[in-house]
Amino acid sequence: MSAAIDKNSMHRVVIVGAGPAGVRAAETLVAAGLVPVVIDEAPRAGGQIYRQPPADAGFARSKRTLYGMEAGKADAVHSTMACLLPKIDYRPDTLVWGCGAARLDTLHGGRQRTVPYSHLLIATGATDRVLPFSGWTLPGVYTLGAAQIALKSQGCAIGRRVVFAGTGPLLYLVAYQYAKAGAQVEAVLDTNPFSRQLAATPRLLRQPSTFAKGLYYVGWLAARGIRIERGVTLVRATGDKAVQAMTYRDSDQELTIPCDAVGFGYGLRSETQLADLAGCRFRFDPINRAWLPERDAAGRTSVPGVYLAGDGAGIAGADAAELAGRRAALAMLEDLGNPAGNANVQAQATKLDRQLANIAEFRIGLEQAFSPPADCASHWPDDMTVCRCEEIDAGALRRCIRAGEASEINRLKALTRVGMGRCQGRMCGAAAAELLSAETGKPIAEVGRLRGQAPIKPVPLSIAMTDEAEEGDHLAGIPEHARDE
Amino acid sequence: MTNLPSATSAGQQQSAADATPQFVRLTEAHRKEVGITVDGEAITALTGDTVLSAILLHTRRVRDTEISGEPRAGFCLMGACQDCWVQLEEGTRIRACSTFVKDGMRVLTRPSGVIGA
Repeated sequence: MSAAIDKNSMHRVVIVGAGPAGVRAAETLVAAGLVPVVIDEAPRAGGQIYRQPPADAGFARSKRTLYGMEAGKADAVHSTMACLLPKIDYRPDTLVWGCGAARLDTLHGGRQRTVPYSHLLIATGATDRVLPFSGWTLPGVYTLGAAQIALKSQGCAIGRRVVFAGTGPLLYLVAYQYAKAGAQVEAVLDTNPFSRQLAATPRLLRQPSTFAKGLYYVGWLAARGIRIERGVTLVRATGDKAVQAMTYRDSDQELTIPCDAVGFGYGLRSETQLADLAGCRFRFDPINRAWLPERDAAGRTSVPGVYLAGDGAGIAGADAAELAGRRAALAMLEDLGNPAGNANVQAQATKLDRQLANIAEFRIGLEQAFSPPADCASHWPDDMTVCRCEEIDAGALRRCIRAGEASEINRLKALTRVGMGRCQGRMCGAAAAELLSAETGKPIAEVGRLRGQAPIKPVPLSIAMTDEAEEGDHLAGIPEHARDE
Repeated sequence: MTNLPSATSAGQQQSAADATPQFVRLTEAHRKEVGITVDGEAITALTGDTVLSAILLHTRRVRDTEISGEPRAGFCLMGACQDCWVQLEEGTRIRACSTFVKDGMRVLTRPSGVIGA
């Protein structure tokens, strides 16, 4: 299917992301007679949470083995996508690297293509929220998400003896998945004390089955004698050329665990670059401790025709992403004048709004139980790398801030190159903001927001020669930081 | 112990790190084999392995940073951190975590001209 323009209205609906939010949005739009374009960077649908192993490569594990208690949901999302394929314009393996007025810049197989839209749903998901410790750039140190992807989509463990560290639901889930798959889990190091998790119980009980699964993973690990330490501080990973041990502090003593891999993270961080390029207004969200694009309960942003759903709009998890994907699609249909004349749009929307509100309460409980470590930045040693792309250490940032040269994050970026490397601050942005806040004494909400720039991921310069613009002939200049040469 | 010349132990560590795999294949080992080279050395991977997995099932290092030259071995595995870019001998640069191996692929983890004569 090449032309994805609704015949009656000339509307062209584009969804970016084929995770739970994107798939459910596409399903809702197809049910209303639209033919959305669905663009996804991954080769197969499912997002990170329901990521599928490579197709036609001989992978044989069952969905039950791959997704455990979430197998039913994973299968439902995958099956829905399979049914939608003949009814949508699906573009897997396609990076959206830029977004301007009513058009996206995409890259597929080294070829540039401009995709116009009248209505855009951004469902770009999340990555791990990373806060550094000394040695976090050593080979063998990965995010929790990375550890899970290695297992889920490659059948591999990130090491022979693995320490999982940080905080968040993923910490216990990944440790459980590893131990169950036969990997050696040396320890689980949670930076939050158990008391915080207990205190959050009333809110967590708003999603009783999710809460029960979390308890199950912890209980399963404990029953197998896997060491779980809580209320600790991650101090350093050490090793010559690759990680050989992880050191943490418990009360006043430092303890070291030999290992050859570390998986860590502090919850998730929304991928908001496209919303930024689309011109969406942002606000600081204290629950996510991050700047997020503004949206109403239905997913409408400050830009007419641009919508958000799923973890890319604020972390709420996969169940919420499915609901929010449906809800945003309904909002789109409402704004299109309900082309299919569906009498139930309002009733469906009301029901989804109620479910989403319940999950939002649960989400506040999760943040309470698994908040990132407060005041961590003041303890970071000067020689600790903050920005792994440009290799900027905490000392370089402190010197710049203490000299009075930067009290705002984009200024700090301009002067030190922190957040200016290939990842565009995805891995160091949270840390740089924490450090700036600690040094200036300003609340994190007041140190500014790292602005996104096209291309949001590195693209080869050769795309200038292969532009297959569908409409117009746009090619943005590629700034130095993103050049892949 | 701390006063011993560090060159020897560092040298040993480096060779140990280079010779020891980072990843461990726990399951799904019954896929078709493909042959690739990494810095000229032939290694065996399986269909559906990413280039990153193939390298890390063989060694603990994927690239060196441009600034300090420190070794790196990927980080996020989902195309966000950009810390696993390597080069093919024909010149194309690829992100190892999101590129699958192909039979005969020739991967370089060190910039051209650095690897042995």
